[in-house]
Amino acid sequence: MSKLTLKTEGDTHVIVTRRFAAPPEALYRAHTDPKLIQQWLLGPDGWTMPVCLNDARPGGKFRYEWKDSKGHGFHITGEFLALEPFSRIVHVERMHLPDPTPENHVETRFDPDGAGTLMTMRMTLPDAHTRAAMLATGMEGGMEASYVRLEGII
Amino acid sequence: MHSLDDAFSAMADPTRRAILARLAKGEATVLDLAKPFKMTQPAISQHLKVLEEAGLVLTRVDGSRRPRRLAKPGIEAVDRWLAMLRKALEKNYDRLDQVLAATEPK
Repeated sequence: MSKLTLKTEGDTHVIVTRRFAAPPEALYRAHTDPKLIQQWLLGPDGWTMPVCLNDARPGGKFRYEWKDSKGHGFHITGEFLALEPFSRIVHVERMHLPDPTPENHVETRFDPDGAGTLMTMRMTLPDAHTRAAMLATGMEGGMEASYVRLEGII
Repeated sequence: MHSLDDAFSAMADPTRRAILARLAKGEATVLDLAKPFKMTQPAISQHLKVLEEAGLVLTRVDGSRRPRRLAKPGIEAVDRWLAMLRKALEKNYDRLDQVLAATEPK
């Protein structure tokens, strides 16, 4: 049984939800503390995040760099727009491949769910083509990107 | 060989996604499709051409009829790709479960 759901909404949104046993406060920290982020935001096996810089306050910037075992990699940069401990993070990000992709606006919510947390990540891309390109490019880091299950598309 | 870029690009259009959704229920001709979508036949044909070039739709010849249906290999390639992305995402969150379990205050 998968705890993860991914779907598209309208032409420009991608929604990801996931339930966790830990409380919202722990989830919020794991999304804002670089030492914690580096332990999990890695995507497929073999990838690491050697650089994880983030200034977690409204207006603060972040930069995450990934590398695979052969030394190939990419990075994303972004800015935090809003941080509401421990319930909500809003940021924009772009991938550098190496040219920057159009901005992905991401709202991440952590809502209490019993003793745990329901995380809802809502991504908004500038247009349908950018969303399609993001899905096709694939976010090799397997970051907070996503995609749609086929049922979501057709 | 059709590329995934072509497939995702073809699916970026809401009308083409709706056409795929209709074809998922069974094959249909341009005429069948033009009616519910309130579009001209040339407009529908143009969308079908894009879907066909992206490897998502096939044409069957049946006398004078040209019914279209989903192209299984193309659809499955997209599905495999999405499953891979989903797996990468799931892997992240499974790892996060472990990080959270390890940092939980006793």
